[in-house]
Amino acid sequence: MDLQVRSETLYFAWRNTKLRVGLSVVLFFVALTFIGPLLTDYAPYDYVGPAAQPPSPEYWFGTTIFGQDVFTQFVMGLKATFQVGIIGGGLGTLLGILIGFTAGYRGGLVDEILNIFTNIVLVIPTLAILLIIAAYLEVRGILTESVFIGCTAWPWAARAIRAQTFSLRTREFVDLARLSGMNVWRIIMTEIAPNMMSYLLLVFILQFGGAVLIAATLDFIGLGPTNAVSLGLMMNNAVLWGALLLGMWWWFIPPGLAIMAIVGALYVTNVGLDEVFSPKLREM
Amino acid sequence: MLELEAVSKVYRVGTFGGKELRAVHRVSFDVQDGEVVSLIGESGSGKSTIGKMILRLIPISTGRILFNGVDISTLKGVALKAYYRKVQGVFQDPFSSYNPIFKADRVFRILQQEYFPELSRSEWQDRVENALRAVGLNPDQVLDKFPHQLSGGQLQRFLIARALLLGIQFLVADEIISMLDASTRIDVLNLLADLKAEGLSILFITHDLSLGYYISERAVILYRGCIVEMGLTDKIYNHPLHPYTRMLMVSVPRLDRKWKEGEVQLRGQQSELAGGCVYYDRCPEADKDGSCRSHEPVLVEVEPGHFVACKLYPGA
Amino acid sequence: MSLQVEELTVYYQTLKGDVRALEEATFRVADGEIMGLAGESGCGKSTLANSLILLKPPMRLVKGRVTLDGEELPIHDMERMNSYRFERISIIPQYAMNALNPTQKIGKIIADLVRWRQVDFDDILPELKRRLDLVHLSYDVLDMYPIELSGGMKQRVVMVLSTLLNPSLLLADEITSALDVSSQKAVMEMLVSFRGWEFVRSVIVITHDLSILYQVADSILIMYAGQLAEKASTVAIIRAPRHPYTRMLISSLPEVGVKHAERRLTGIPGTPPLLLNPPEGCRFRERCPVAFEKCVDVPPFIQIEPGHFVACWKEFETNARA
Repeated sequence: MDLQVRSETLYFAWRNTKLRVGLSVVLFFVALTFIGPLLTDYAPYDYVGPAAQPPSPEYWFGTTIFGQDVFTQFVMGLKATFQVGIIGGGLGTLLGILIGFTAGYRGGLVDEILNIFTNIVLVIPTLAILLIIAAYLEVRGILTESVFIGCTAWPWAARAIRAQTFSLRTREFVDLARLSGMNVWRIIMTEIAPNMMSYLLLVFILQFGGAVLIAATLDFIGLGPTNAVSLGLMMNNAVLWGALLLGMWWWFIPPGLAIMAIVGALYVTNVGLDEVFSPKLREM
Repeated sequence: MLELEAVSKVYRVGTFGGKELRAVHRVSFDVQDGEVVSLIGESGSGKSTIGKMILRLIPISTGRILFNGVDISTLKGVALKAYYRKVQGVFQDPFSSYNPIFKADRVFRILQQEYFPELSRSEWQDRVENALRAVGLNPDQVLDKFPHQLSGGQLQRFLIARALLLGIQFLVADEIISMLDASTRIDVLNLLADLKAEGLSILFITHDLSLGYYISERAVILYRGCIVEMGLTDKIYNHPLHPYTRMLMVSVPRLDRKWKEGEVQLRGQQSELAGGCVYYDRCPEADKDGSCRSHEPVLVEVEPGHFVACKLYPGA
Repeated sequence: MSLQVEELTVYYQTLKGDVRALEEATFRVADGEIMGLAGESGCGKSTLANSLILLKPPMRLVKGRVTLDGEELPIHDMERMNSYRFERISIIPQYAMNALNPTQKIGKIIADLVRWRQVDFDDILPELKRRLDLVHLSYDVLDMYPIELSGGMKQRVVMVLSTLLNPSLLLADEITSALDVSSQKAVMEMLVSFRGWEFVRSVIVITHDLSILYQVADSILIMYAGQLAEKASTVAIIRAPRHPYTRMLISSLPEVGVKHAERRLTGIPGTPPLLLNPPEGCRFRERCPVAFEKCVDVPPFIQIEPGHFVACWKEFETNARA
């Protein structure tokens, strides 16, 4: 893309309400992960005050049944969630893109081999593998968890991207690019990938959401990070210690709402991006 | 200039590629310098496949394609890029030929990046504008626009201008005007004829017999991947020899003559090819003893410059 | 007295305003007439056909009346039109042969359709079989899925299907454009036979291909940018066209027997106007070599010779002088 096209894209991106709203929400939470820790003096698992307190000026999001500050856990957990989403979802997307593009563009034998590989990974019971690996590791951090998730979540992304690439590859503008002497990777990066930008972003968003949810599941069955806090772990603890029965909504609503808001906002962003990337939708 | 020697294309289909689908079967013909050859066939006859094989967009299964004596299947990297400086293609759907998210004139910029990086921006711009004028477009009206803001005819001219910028010798024109409106398509056709007069060789792929007649010296009639008849356009159109070509000639709707009734056999389900003549199922002249079914006819020169592959003619 | 269309005006509603796709169409199709409706893409020919049978949003009826066999059609009322569709007026839509439900057998598709019109499938089966015979299809097709049929066979099934209840008028929208020349001829000749067998009374054949119309149509109506340009007998349109657009269109068509080296054909310079904000007056004016000051008014579509209608000021002038 040259400068002119890029600046036009930016212009339309700025004019798009969905994109602005979606991005604002995401950026709000990102900002919160950075600013949040500055607003609290506690560590997430410190016993700081009276137990099971509803939100108050002193404890913004209230306290847990053990008297830990929910806000502190929330902002720390938010950071962990973004890490898992970005690293796990990013890795899943990256592997999906790499394998999907190669299989879809090359076709033939390469495609068949990659297809078999994809199907094998797809049918392996992901959770079981994660359970086994997680059980072997004494200390588990956010990074290890993310890499596990990324390495097992890519197959459906690869399949979807392969199908898209396959249909784009037969389009005549790709033939024309080949007749212009462009090499394979340049064609993929400058002809095929831009047409799939919003699609790739959707893949990333779903991988992001999926990674966050798998992380929450792992956290829930006690195989989450042993040395950190996450939104999933918070909800898990809340449910485990009867926050639902006791009506301690401040313990589980903020993490739940945050996950929903982040994934939802990314989805709205995606719809907006779709309009920006497609010149036909722009003029409406 | 361009020569096809017994070119075939076989696709493997079905589970584990167990079945073979014959798209093109032992096709041989040539295109001379400054000549327009029409490749005429119905949908599924393999005509576009031949065009794509010449452009190296799909590999050939067997046979050879020679360009100025060089086997093009051996070309790689720099040599292939050099081949594309001399041989280019324009395709049927003008809108699908452009990446919808970029402006249409990006096709020129890519060309500069790949082939003319040494030229300055303004030098290149001059060349682009000259090429656009050469194909009958006003640069001010068509540059800096998205594909959907231009008409099909303008987009096809764009691609012809793109080919001109490379100074090509050979153009594969695959149904390039079939999606254009009647009132503008003739201008694109005339443009091709003008370029031909300047020395360009063209393979004009079409299903429309009248277009083939209008522009070409020689025609190749394709049916189910095989050449059934080829030769000088006048001879083929005025004295079609193969039963298939004759059927085509009586079915083509013309403004100077009405259809005669009952000259066309309705086509039923096509049977599998069993090695005989490809037209056996539909042919009113097919031998009852079945020799057409078992024996594959070869092209013979029935009169100077007129070849046909049918048992009705001795030697085939 | 078959079909009478008066001042039919239909717009498409879009976010940017009305697209004026059909303006003041007034014409007649006689009993037993096969009328060709021709023009370039976007000229309004499909809009005209659809508004006779399926006028639904974003299409909007601005004004006009349509009478079939002396009875006014409630074209503005989707519900009331149901009792006319398929029985009195039927359509073979563009791409119809690819629109057959791929998961249902042909027989089931036909049974569902006639049941919708309160006709018992068993009652009509003998007639259906007779008609399949006539178009050289075996009854086996009733037990086949659409994918098992070739293009030409599917098109014949669709033709039998859409005329099963003997409609008064059949609209055939681009039924040959996806077919090879040999099937084109077979399908078109079949359409003529359908009239002979009285499966239909009148037919409107919509196509961009004038040479096909020349083979089968009794009359041809030429449209340009939403306006009617000319209607006359087929021979008159092809041999002695009166509208400049028709003349230029016909002379731009390459034909077997015409070679570039011997006779260079010319197209029509320029492009059709956008119908969102079309120019006032005759819409061909900007591309017309004989346009003059009068053309800023819309020319009426009037009869200048028996059965020959044209909308061109220049032609009126010439005609008056002669």
